[in-house]
Amino acid sequence: MTDEQLMQQLLAFRAQPENQSPHANFLGLEILDLERGRGWMRIPYHAGLAGNAGSGVLHGGVITTVLDATCGLSVISALARPATIATLDLRIDYLKPATPGEAITAAGHCYKVTRNVCFVRAQAYHDDPQDPIAHCAASFMITSEKTGEQRDEVETP
Amino acid sequence: MSILELVRKARAAGDFSILSQGIPYMRTLAMQVHEANGVLTIELEATRMHTGNPWLPALHGGVIGGLLETAAIVQLAHDQDTDNLPKPINVTIDYLRSGRIEPTRARARVTKLGRRVANVQASCWQQDSDKPIATLVGHFLMS
Repeated sequence: MTDEQLMQQLLAFRAQPENQSPHANFLGLEILDLERGRGWMRIPYHAGLAGNAGSGVLHGGVITTVLDATCGLSVISALARPATIATLDLRIDYLKPATPGEAITAAGHCYKVTRNVCFVRAQAYHDDPQDPIAHCAASFMITSEKTGEQRDEVETP
Repeated sequence: MSILELVRKARAAGDFSILSQGIPYMRTLAMQVHEANGVLTIELEATRMHTGNPWLPALHGGVIGGLLETAAIVQLAHDQDTDNLPKPINVTIDYLRSGRIEPTRARARVTKLGRRVANVQASCWQQDSDKPIATLVGHFLMS
């Protein structure tokens, strides 16, 4: 199977609501696309997720969730094998407030995979990736391998 | 009531639990502010909608981050003199243990309160406050 076929298979699986986390479903988080080591997700605007009833600007926790989920998705696509992962740490810079009423897209890139830890960066934006709302750098632990295969290092392009 | 009026009212009444009325995210995610002897604690209710990994099951990292950030913002609103809610500039969240689907509590401490920027540390735990599941350090823009 080519990388592209593998990613399409993974995308079709992960795009099913029953294969997403309950929290992602609760927030309406959806997967847009996958490439090896990269993932894109979107979260619709919902007034009930604002951090300030007056301004209607989404709470930082919502941005954290979409970035964490997108980083995790990017790691899964970089590993491209059954494994469970857990966020080790996440650093987020809030570059500008999200515009009330607009959906947020996040793009993640897992740029390094090692035996135990994966390194990721991601941006959140409305329409233009060059005009980000937030930037994130994260690391993830590979907590278990579900197959009996030997762990090998996977380099992402 | 605007958030400014809410903060003013909370400060006058010494009751910060009313702040969640101005923060829709807190109501949607079932977070409440408790105050005892001047110490604020934010409690996140245990519900299935907070699950990240349904097989363990474990709390979603994003909910944990949102809880810690909320604790920091509410503590700053409590400690500062102005009435607006501070805005996050950046946050670093360390995930120490996997969170179970149980009530989770968070507390924040303002390390430095400047005129424009505040530095805050926050921590959250489930049954044992000496065993935090995650910690946060962040900068927040005041005014």
